Amino acid sequence: MPRMRMNQAISAAIADEMRADPDVIVLGEDVAVAEGPFKTSAGLLDEFGPLRVRDTPISEMGFLGAAVGAAATGLRPVVEIMFVEFLGVALDQLSTEGAKFHYLSGGRVTVPLTVRASVGAGLGFGTQHSQTLEGWVMGTPGLKLAVASGPATAYGLMRAAIRDDSPTVVLEPRRLYAQRENVTTGPEGVIPLGTARQVVGGDDATIVALGSTVGTAAQAEAAASWSAEVIDLQSLQPWDRDMVYESVARTGRLVTVEENPLFGGWGADIVAAVAADLFGELEGPPLRITAPDVPVPFGKELEERYMPSSDYIDEQVAGLLQTGRVPPPWWEAEKGSP
Amino acid sequence: MSMPANRLERRQALQDDRRARYERMVEIRALENKVQDLFDEGLVHGTTHLCLGQEAVAVGVAAAARVSDTVTCTYRGHGVALALGLTPVDLLGEILGREAGSIGGIGGSMHLSEPDVGLLPTFAIVGAGIPVAAGAALTAQVRGTDDAALAVFGDGATNIGAFHEALNLASVWNLPVVFVCENNQYGEYSRIDLTTPVDDIAVRAQAYDLPSEVVDGQDPDNAAAAVAAALERARAGGGPTLVEMKTYRYAGHSRADTAPYRPEGEFERWYEKDPIVNYGRRLVDEGLLSGDELDAVKTLVDESIAAAVETVLSSPPPPLAAMFDNVLAP
Repeated sequence: MPRMRMNQAISAAIADEMRADPDVIVLGEDVAVAEGPFKTSAGLLDEFGPLRVRDTPISEMGFLGAAVGAAATGLRPVVEIMFVEFLGVALDQLSTEGAKFHYLSGGRVTVPLTVRASVGAGLGFGTQHSQTLEGWVMGTPGLKLAVASGPATAYGLMRAAIRDDSPTVVLEPRRLYAQRENVTTGPEGVIPLGTARQVVGGDDATIVALGSTVGTAAQAEAAASWSAEVIDLQSLQPWDRDMVYESVARTGRLVTVEENPLFGGWGADIVAAVAADLFGELEGPPLRITAPDVPVPFGKELEERYMPSSDYIDEQVAGLLQTGRVPPPWWEAEKGSP
Repeated sequence: MSMPANRLERRQALQDDRRARYERMVEIRALENKVQDLFDEGLVHGTTHLCLGQEAVAVGVAAAARVSDTVTCTYRGHGVALALGLTPVDLLGEILGREAGSIGGIGGSMHLSEPDVGLLPTFAIVGAGIPVAAGAALTAQVRGTDDAALAVFGDGATNIGAFHEALNLASVWNLPVVFVCENNQYGEYSRIDLTTPVDDIAVRAQAYDLPSEVVDGQDPDNAAAAVAAALERARAGGGPTLVEMKTYRYAGHSRADTAPYRPEGEFERWYEKDPIVNYGRRLVDEGLLSGDELDAVKTLVDESIAAAVETVLSSPPPPLAAMFDNVLAP
């Protein structure tokens, strides 16, 4: 089992799929010669050549649209959106065109497109390059959405996404690119879309985390006086209800940990589903641990406070367990308002 | 004279048979007029965008392209769809929301699709199909086939970023794609000179180092020849071309629009160039059809459209379960 950084795992996953299928191509800004600004396409140009590995103009609407057209006519494009915010200028092509071709062709056109994008705060990129933006994708029927939480899940989800016949977005928390771990490569390393993963076992609560918050939640749990089952959701569309429901039915408490702002975050949908379907099994109110409803600030101290830390997760979960109520988020005290 | 029934034969007929081109233009016009009637009778909900006056462009594009070429087209796409080979039942079934439609009544007027003749689902977002066509051309390039792609879009679409990004990308990658602009003089409710600073859309190709041509889009043979030449260049590795078809939209933007903004006399001036009247006259002059045969075409087409309406009105609406099909690929 090779030990690799997350960016190496992503390069390896794409390379493995490119070896297996000549229809897989790679497009994006600086993905070929420069091997990606985060080195997530290392070695691809050398091995597969310029017909299949292409640098694009800075032109997301153009090249994402072209990828949709290429996918609809038989290729399996893997498109890099350097920062997920850049998807904004091309969202029509993903959400309104590519996501709808299968539906609008009576199932006769498929769009096996993979869109990769780096996400998240923590590296000082400032307000316009630090969001997670799952919400831009998760509410669009016709799309699948997965989020990597480290090298192994990045490898496994990427391969599954490239093989999938539906347009699939894979989000990559930017601050994890340099993280290392052992990665199961080859077919055994593929992670089916729609499956979650138990990270650690525990009894007092079920913590559902995604992307960057998986490691933070596990770290919090390891140091805490309480114990929780930490689940890495891995996919948001579709999401693994079975694993989450089974765990919550056992622990009686649900906590989501999200890097996104509170309002409209993905955790709200998980909480709503659990509250509706497992109401009788819950021993306390569901708790969402999120960032505040503000743009991502730049100043290092502010940016670090913006993201849920392991100390904050500990504090919030402990508060829930002690009082049976949802503790106020940290920013209530800072804002000095109710 | 008889009309081919299946889609591939309908398509094939346009390639060598000029009488079939005439007949198809008559069919497009008859269908569009029928669609207007059906709306006026309250038989359909939603909206529609008629291509009356633009029949020659549709027929020219379809006559020049192969069925293995990919076509992206706009929501004003009834004509292109019929020309590519879709049947009146395929279209009317969608427009009326019945199971008989090309995708079972799920799409409606703006969303027609038929992979067998190369038509990707038509685009209801202005300009969106232009980069998608470039991508279909990318598939041909990567796979080393000599297929090509065609994007059919309006003059209004040349002011949106998708047009410019697609031309730039297609040029820099030398993709086998033909950009066909139907310049019908109006973008929705606005005359082109109010929204667009150039007289000829074709000049925009210069910015991307592409060849371009301004074509009389009221003549199906002219339109077919221009598209065929561009396709030939694309297939031979010569890259993309922008073809501007000068044409005219007889109807308003959509069903609610009676086009009161049209300057006096403009419609009449364009009607002198009417594609059907003029092409019919020419075929008679050339001895390909007699005057009686022209009338017979109209009768035959009207009967076929009436029969299609009957078929569609007796087709059920899609079952509720149909809305859950094909959201994601299996």
